[in-house]
Formats: sequence, structure tokens, C-alpha cells
Amino acid sequence: MDWQALGLSVKLSLVTLFFLLPIGIFFGRWLAYRQFLGKSILQTLLALPLVLPPTVLGYYLLVIFSPNQGLGLWLNKTFGTTFVFNFEGLVIASIIFNLPFAIQPMQRAFSSIPRDIREAAACCGMSPAHVLWKIELPLAWPGIISAMVMCFAHTLGEFGIVLIVGGNIPAETQTIAISIYDRMQAFDNQSASIMSLSLLLFSMLTISFTYWLSERSQKKHV
Amino acid sequence: MKQHSVLNRLKAGIVALILMLSPLATAANSPIIAAASSVKFALQEIAEAFYHDTGNRIRISYSSSGNLTRQIQQGAPFELLLSANAGYTEQLYQQNKTLGQSITYALGRLVLITEKNTSLTLDKQLSAIKILTETGNLKRFAIANPLHAPYGVAAQEVLQQLGLWESIKPHLVVGENVAQAAQFASSGAAQVGLVSYSIALAPALQNRTRTLLIPASLHRPLQQTMVLLHNAGETSKLFFIYLQQHKARAILARYGYSVPEE
Repeated sequence: MDWQALGLSVKLSLVTLFFLLPIGIFFGRWLAYRQFLGKSILQTLLALPLVLPPTVLGYYLLVIFSPNQGLGLWLNKTFGTTFVFNFEGLVIASIIFNLPFAIQPMQRAFSSIPRDIREAAACCGMSPAHVLWKIELPLAWPGIISAMVMCFAHTLGEFGIVLIVGGNIPAETQTIAISIYDRMQAFDNQSASIMSLSLLLFSMLTISFTYWLSERSQKKHV
Repeated sequence: MKQHSVLNRLKAGIVALILMLSPLATAANSPIIAAASSVKFALQEIAEAFYHDTGNRIRISYSSSGNLTRQIQQGAPFELLLSANAGYTEQLYQQNKTLGQSITYALGRLVLITEKNTSLTLDKQLSAIKILTETGNLKRFAIANPLHAPYGVAAQEVLQQLGLWESIKPHLVVGENVAQAAQFASSGAAQVGLVSYSIALAPALQNRTRTLLIPASLHRPLQQTMVLLHNAGETSKLFFIYLQQHKARAILARYGYSVPEE
């Protein structure tokens, strides 16, 4: 087992969650409650990573952040670094790649909160922030948790985008999924199979946890 | 309250994770070098010897030489490149991405490789394989990708020299790098393949495969070159020198490379 790669994957997943939790709540809630011009375009853009090949996203990220031109050149000149072939680059790729996995379940969770409850709370004189904290978040909690769990698992399993944007650098961008690939090419089938089995079991656990969570919350609402 | 205990548990979890991740910090200080997949097994031994002799660790990123060169051009933080041909290091030198010129540290060779239990006869003219193509019995032939892997280019040259390229082409299974091509051939996923001698001599492969050395006259010389890149630090410079010294050369020779005179 490559503990360094596993540690890196867990770190990447947690950092991704740290950014996606507020992003997901903001967009999920916004899309659930509001009608506005261009909503369908925004929804399309946010769902795009579901179907977009990782190579396409990887290609664009490399182009945008390449230190030879444009934004990447500017970043490199100003901060001495840009977002390719390092951990920070993986975080950006991972956030973009997980947008739909975070936003869609949260959007569903916020939509399922009856409008009268929110309005009643507002009528009772609760401030919008108070309504969010005391009413909406507790009710949307199962959706938020399952979104987070899916993002976490999805980040652990990311492969193509990590290889393209991150390269295969030990202790920097060599995540567990890349390490399995690396071990396979070193004919180290034993390590590859141990790591693959661990990820398989973990993925099964994740999926069953989210199913359990959604069943439980459905029962509550009935 | 219920939510409070959830928060507390989250906090405890985060602390545990930070403790778990702390070993990352030490590894992250050692320099990163880029190396062609073909030199993987030899380089692992050399890196261990280097650590034993100097106490310095290096991190190595393996891929095809062409892919690594592209990554360097796109800003990858490598300090040293070990390429399986002379073209890529020269290209980086021309683009002012290196510290000085590249040097040739070894010459590589190609082998024909097949899984141990196949009945296939391996011969220098590849005549048994020619018969397979004529009888329609050749299914998959593994090589590294000639677009960016030097051993893939050499494999293509060999097949062209022997007049087999057109008939084998539809059966090619192309590895992302030479180690992957060797993996295809050694696992039986491909019946046979052309890969680097250095990979075929890896302990993990030796007892699972049969190999035959291809005459070097059938392809252009596979010059294994290396060059320091512009951000190279002291450890990488030390390793660059170490690679040219006796101990490293002996390891390279053991992996089937011919090393130039000292």
C-alpha cells in the first residue's frame, strides 16, 4: 500500500470539499429557489463535467495555466507559480470536475424544502441568515452530506485529469489512482491489487452510505 | 445538541488526518526528476545507491520521453530529464530550458518479448511472426507509442527494416510508454512485443517471459541522454554526476545498457 499516495488523495479530497461545500450550498440553493435569465445556460455549464471527457478539461487547464502564455504566464511572473504539475493545480481541476456532484444533490435537497416552511419562518421575523442556518441547512443536511461523500469518493477515483494536469509526481500529484497505474507499469501486481481492492471496498461503502442516507431522509419526510 | 456532536467528531477527524498527512511534508522537499519508463528499474536501484552513499532522496516521475518533454515545456518542475533518445534533450536545450548540454549516458537495445508459456519461436528475422501474419494468427503485437516513446520509434524502424510494418500495423497494441507495452506482452494480452532490453531484465519480468535481443543494426542508435533543467538544485546536480560514475554505470550495464568508456 502506497500510504503517501493515499494520504495525498485524502488531502486532495478534503481540500476539494473545503471549497465545494460553500460553492455547492450557494449554487444549489440559488438554482433551487430562483428563476432568472440564463438559468438553463448556467445549469448546463455546471453539469458539463458529468459528460465532458477528462482529457478535454485537462487540455484546457493546461492551455490556460501554461506558464508560456496568457494567464499562466502572468501568474508565473507575479507569484512564481502557476496551476499545473502541482497540488494546487489538482485542487482547481478537482473542484471543477466535482461541481455537478456537489451542486446537483444539494439543489435537490433545497428544492424539497416546502416553500411555506421558509415563508413561515420569514414571517416569524427570522432573518434570511437565520432561516438558512436554523431551517434550511438542517432540512437539506442529508443531501449536503451525500453530495460531500460523493465528491470525496469521486476525487479519490479521479485519474485522467490528475495525470494530465498533475503529471505523475510522487508526494505532489501522485494520488492513489495514479499510484495503482504506476505500480502496474512497474509489474508490482501485489501492491496494485491491494490498492485496487481497498478503493473498490471504499467505493462500495460510499455508495451504500449515500443510498442509506437518502432512504432514511425519505422515510422521515413521509 | 446533535449537530454539535457531529461538529466535534468532524474536528477530531480533521486533526487525525493532519497527523496522517504530515509525512508528506518531508518527501515533498526532495527534488523531482523525470525519467523515461525504460530506465525505471535500473534507476530505482541507482536512486537507492545514491541515497545510501549521499543520504539524499530524489523523487522520480516516469513516463515516455516525449510526454515528459511536453510536460517540461508546459512548466513541470523537473530538475533533470533522462530521455531514451537524443532528440528530446536536444530540443529542450534549443529552447533554453536546460543547464548546459545533454550527455549520452548509455545506449539502449530492443528485445522481442513474449510470455513464457507461448510456443512462439523468437528469431532475429521475426520469421515466426511473419508466418503468423500470413496465416491470420497474429492477434496483438505490443509496442510503445511511436509518437512520443523512443523505443516505439525504434520498434517501428525494426518492423519497417524487416518489411513487416504494413502487415503488423493492424494488429498493433500501443502502450503509453515502453513499460506498458511490456506489460501487455508479458501478461499475454498481446502475443508478442518489441520493448527495451532494460525493462525485460526487470526481476519481476524475467521469470515470466522469454526474450530475444534484436540486432542494433535494425534501428537507429537508442542514445540514452540526460540533461539538467534550468531549475536544477544541488541534489540533482550531484545525482547527474553520480549517474556517470562507476556504481551507476555498473547498475546500468546489469540492465542491458552499453555504457560509454569512462
